[in-house]
Amino acid sequence: MRIADILRFSVNTVRGNRARTVLMLFAMAIGVAAVVVLTALGEGARRYVTSEFSALGSHLLIVLPGRSETAGVGPSMFVAQTPRDLTIDDALALRRIAYVQRIAPLNVGSAAVSYLQRSREVPVIGTTSEWLEIRKWVMDQGQFLPPEDPTTALAVCVLGGKVRNELFGAQPALGEWVRIGDRRFRVVGVLGGQGRSIGMDVDDMVMIPVASAQALLNSSSLFRIFVETRSREELSLAQESIVKTLAARHQGEQDVTVIAQDAVLATFDKIFNALTYTVAGIASISLAVAGILIMNVMLVAVSQRTAEIGLLKALGAPQQQILRLFLSEAMLLSIFGATFGLALGALGVWGIGLVYPALPVQPPLWAVTAAVGVAVGAGLLFGVLPARRAARMDAVQALSRR
Amino acid sequence: MIELSHIERIFHVGDQQVHALRAVDLSIARGEYTSIMGPSGSGKSTLLNIVGLLDRPDSGTYQLDGADVTSLSEEQHAHTRRDKIGFVFQSFHLVSRLTAAENVELPMMLAGIEPAARKPRVQQALQAMGLENRAHHKPEQLSGGQRQRVAIARATIMQPAVLLADEPTGNLDRASGLDVIAVLESLVEKGMAVVVVTHDPFIGERARRQIRMEDGRVVSDRTTTPPLREPLFGN
Ligand SMILES: Nc1ncnc2c1ncn2[C@@H]1O[C@H](COP(=O)(O)OP(=O)(O)OP(=O)(O)O)[C@@H](O)[C@H]1O
Ligand SMILES: [Mg+2]
Repeated sequence: MRIADILRFSVNTVRGNRARTVLMLFAMAIGVAAVVVLTALGEGARRYVTSEFSALGSHLLIVLPGRSETAGVGPSMFVAQTPRDLTIDDALALRRIAYVQRIAPLNVGSAAVSYLQRSREVPVIGTTSEWLEIRKWVMDQGQFLPPEDPTTALAVCVLGGKVRNELFGAQPALGEWVRIGDRRFRVVGVLGGQGRSIGMDVDDMVMIPVASAQALLNSSSLFRIFVETRSREELSLAQESIVKTLAARHQGEQDVTVIAQDAVLATFDKIFNALTYTVAGIASISLAVAGILIMNVMLVAVSQRTAEIGLLKALGAPQQQILRLFLSEAMLLSIFGATFGLALGALGVWGIGLVYPALPVQPPLWAVTAAVGVAVGAGLLFGVLPARRAARMDAVQALSRR
Repeated sequence: MIELSHIERIFHVGDQQVHALRAVDLSIARGEYTSIMGPSGSGKSTLLNIVGLLDRPDSGTYQLDGADVTSLSEEQHAHTRRDKIGFVFQSFHLVSRLTAAENVELPMMLAGIEPAARKPRVQQALQAMGLENRAHHKPEQLSGGQRQRVAIARATIMQPAVLLADEPTGNLDRASGLDVIAVLESLVEKGMAVVVVTHDPFIGERARRQIRMEDGRVVSDRTTTPPLREPLFGN
């Protein structure tokens, strides 16, 4: 029998049984679409986080207060530790380490920013002048924070583009005084549009000197210290030195965590990959379910078409041919279903892209290939049993049924 | 052409044995017109199924065209059916989702004949059955007699040497039954061997050779000298 004829015969059968076909197409399509959409989400999240962190630069260490790991089981595990504050002096001590090129202490809070009658609640970041170089941000207008002694609370601020627009509209902002919380600051610069950066909307924030931020937010502790080493090779040396230096300053207690940007990236990469594989796995269960549905429906089809199978045998079709006919029918259904599912998945991915434009949603190629492969494989696998049943049917008995 | 010797067929139902065929010897020559009659359960269908290679005897030998086909493989049996044997059933067995033309085309499709070569043959076969303007009708749009004629067109499209018909008029009224018999007899005229199983003595007695079965045995086998009957219709 010619392949074209086998296909035509199968298409004919499939078309002749609308309800059954639509049902099976949907089952397959939903499975494939689920794999496509869910892996696209996982992959999108991974890419998003990765790109955010790569923007940080490759030889960066981040110091945060408190220990994030407990080595082994010891009394320290059961002692409720309140970590010592991380201070501006701590940050300045780090600058004296040989491997360190730049540091930027960071304080984060939120306050009302107002100019004339306009007021807005925005994130306030306290840092120093070196932040600009560490993060490689660019200015739209004016200057970044001046390179003064970080312990001096200068009354200057740098606005994000959106904040500037909302407070000043078309008026010039440079040199104007704005009120942040209960203090007045002079606008010395406006940040360029760098978009989002590790969860911060650069457009929608105000930056002030770190000492001013401590006074304004009434907190003596730093949120983070960003440390840039002279080279990538010196990262681990610098990491050791930082831990030692801070331990010496904190009465010998190691109460800070130093993480390398690379390590964070690698961890996130791992987490999101694991996540993507997991959702792919869960979604492919629905493919297996669809496969079982195909088997079920094909078994029903075989028993409904007993007389036809008997006839085909009487007309001279050997077992092999009947096997091929029924298999190709199952395959056709799963291929159509997978195609339909890909379209459905693409539609879903497109929709997510519309809702979350920042998320680079795109299904990974391996997931698309695997989804289609599993769908077709399931069709084939679960089609074998019904097809064999059809092929082995006794011709005389099959014909005696109507 | 067909040589059956000492054919036995025993069905096992539970621990009971049903002796459907007992030591049947039968030979059918090329172009012979044969009818098989006998009471229900006498083994007529079983015999026809064995002749048609749809069933295998438990013992005995079957020679077709001088070759022993008793022990051929399933696939060889299928190919022999395809090339040498045509079946007509009481319940027509048309594929309901296919048109009349597609039903007739089916054996050629299974045989892998080129589509270009198939179309004219289908048309010709339908024309011979007087169904040329029913080609694109589905079976449900045809009368019983028309359905059976489509089935005959399908059974003969591969030009088999023998046509086996198991109560071909069983589901038809008298007039369309006679139509179908006329068609079968026209095939005999063209040299095809036809075996008709029937309960209808009027139909059975039209055949030149008449076989009577009882309880799994051939109890009478007589060949009359032609012409026994006038053709049913002018042509
Ligand atoms: N698959 C089977 N299993 C068990 N017994 C069977 C089977 N097929 C046929 N028989 C038995 O074999 C005997 C002959 O059956 P067969 O169908 O050949 O009779 P028949 O002459 O065609 O009868 P009818 O005129 O009613 O069609 C019957 O007793 C029947 O019950
Ligand atoms: Mg019978």
